[in-house]
Amino acid sequence: MLWETFKLALQAILRNPMRSFLTVLGVVIGVAAVIAMVTIGKGSTAQVTADVERMGANLMILSPGQMRFGPNSGGGSERAFALADVDRIIDQVASVETAAPSGSASQVAVFGNTNYRTRVTGTDSRYLVASDWPVAAGRAFTAAEESAGKTVCILGETVRRELFGQTDPVGEKIRLGAMSCTVVGLLAPKGASSFGTDQDDVVLMPFRAYGRRIAGSMDVPMIYIAVRDGVSMERATNDITALMREVRRIGPGEEDDFSLRDMEQVASMLNSVNAVLTGLLSAVAAVSLLVGGIGIMNIMLVSVTERTREIGIRMAVGAQAGQVLLQFLVEAIVLSALGGVLGVALGLGLAAVGAQVLNVPFTPDAGTIALAFAFSALVGVVFGYFPARRAARLDPIEALRH
Amino acid sequence: MATPVSPVIEFRDVARVYGSGAAEVRALDGVSLTVEKGEFVAVMGPSGSGKSTAMNIMGCLDRPSSGHYLFDGVEVGGLTRDQRALLRRHYLGFIFQGYNLLARTTALQNVELPLIYKGLGRAERKAAALAALDKVGLADRAHHDPSQLSGGQQQRVAIARALATGPQVVLADEPTGNLDTRRSVEIMDLLQALNRKDGLTIVMVTHEEDMAEYASRLIWMVDGQIQSDRRITGAG
Ligand SMILES: Nc1ncnc2c1ncn2[C@@H]1O[C@H](COP(=O)(O)OP(=O)(O)OP(=O)(O)O)[C@@H](O)[C@H]1O
Ligand SMILES: [Mg+2]
Repeated sequence: MLWETFKLALQAILRNPMRSFLTVLGVVIGVAAVIAMVTIGKGSTAQVTADVERMGANLMILSPGQMRFGPNSGGGSERAFALADVDRIIDQVASVETAAPSGSASQVAVFGNTNYRTRVTGTDSRYLVASDWPVAAGRAFTAAEESAGKTVCILGETVRRELFGQTDPVGEKIRLGAMSCTVVGLLAPKGASSFGTDQDDVVLMPFRAYGRRIAGSMDVPMIYIAVRDGVSMERATNDITALMREVRRIGPGEEDDFSLRDMEQVASMLNSVNAVLTGLLSAVAAVSLLVGGIGIMNIMLVSVTERTREIGIRMAVGAQAGQVLLQFLVEAIVLSALGGVLGVALGLGLAAVGAQVLNVPFTPDAGTIALAFAFSALVGVVFGYFPARRAARLDPIEALRH
Repeated sequence: MATPVSPVIEFRDVARVYGSGAAEVRALDGVSLTVEKGEFVAVMGPSGSGKSTAMNIMGCLDRPSSGHYLFDGVEVGGLTRDQRALLRRHYLGFIFQGYNLLARTTALQNVELPLIYKGLGRAERKAAALAALDKVGLADRAHHDPSQLSGGQQQRVAIARALATGPQVVLADEPTGNLDTRRSVEIMDLLQALNRKDGLTIVMVTHEEDMAEYASRLIWMVDGQIQSDRRITGAG
């Protein structure tokens, strides 16, 4: 009986394919939006998690000022760190494995007659250890180069490709602004970060060289810290905070004028931004589903009116009110579930394209798809009920006379 | 329940009143009658005399405002809507003036419709529907839509639909009202044969004397009351 009802519903829907399609468009759009948003959202969450794992879950970033987010937010008013702070952290905090200064500026790199604008980061080879970033060819900076502030550099994969193409850059000289520097190594490719930026688009040089020749000061805008294995991030945070408060002479009761974040925090911040976005767009999708549901209710009411005589005939031959109700309810559900199927297909298509464009992994999730589909069927139940009840309550004599 | 001798249809002082006050219409006004199994009853009377109203009550589509209607000994007035639907499903067949077939649905599917509600399986249903179509001489039109059939053929499909469930009573409200004389005669021959050969109980409303003559009993109604009720010698 239920199977008959289902077939009947499908027949009724396919009798007017264009009308049926237009009717479910709202549901299609709503479901597609949900699927696309959630799929892309999940993809970028996965990306963030992967980044954190790749960068090392034991990595912390110390930056001046409070309540700022991101590595480049250090403004002029904040007290920067000194190179000596890096050494103090390494020497005096037992829970710290290593630490490295970091400062960045945008520069045009030139090799031969090729120009390429990139980001120059002044740091030292401990940075490569802290961020677990191996040198793929050539070598890291030597201690002598670092303390003397030699103009040597290590290229990220993107910069190598843009400037050198097929030629081997190790040993070549490139120009960065007014200075010239020798390429000593190449970084292993890392890919895009959770922020969507290309992490391989970078040139590393010793911090002293960067400070003297590019930044014009030895202030350290940011310190990368790797925490020793087996030590809790909380303990490391407490130790480092205590040291920095002392170094920076912050009295008891006064607020920190620096902030310390571990990658988990960065990830959870990114993910919460993600969640807000997903939530917002899901609300839009919900409105679309609501509108779609009203469209279905409207067309089902029209259908009940058009088929009043059919309803009368069915009742005359023995259909009970519940069976008539079920017939129209199933029709509404099948209609909106079809919209759900189309919406899932469209949403996955959009998500696949979106993932490509945003450079996040495409991770369709069976749970989300099932949920969106169930939700579209639910729209059919909710908005199909009223028209179906109207059909079921018709008086057979009146209906036959229609 | 019913003993073999109890009438299949029994009206006891049935009234059906529409509206109230000045607009009150007594469509049926104290009708008592019984129809035994195997009878072929023709109901005639002027327009508005209450024939269709009586048929609707017999068909359990409507209930009396007062009085009693017993179908095969069961008081229909005390039944719910759904219980009356079950009575129609299992014991009653309807034939309408306007055929009332489902459009864009083949003859076979139309005849299968009541069998779906009866809960028959696919194969069983098809066999029963084909048998019913065969009985009305339309086995070769099983896969035609109503729009591809003549009026007479459509009415025969409707008869097959009424017969398919093996009902106790078939109610026909002006079954030949839309047909020319030749088609009408074909339909009446068919109904008469079903009554005589299969012992089918039929109650039929008609405006045509010629068609009423196929019945074995003629009830004449005026103003919601039975004016005469007599046996006739069926024609044919
Ligand atoms: N739903 C209704 N509401 C109000 N009055 C009704 C309704 N149905 C029937 N009537 C009235 O009841 C009376 C009997 O109607 P009914 O349809 O039974 O007549 P009939 O004998 O079948 O007539 P006809 O030969 O024209 O079909 C008429 O006066 C009609 O106007
Ligand atoms: Mg009538």
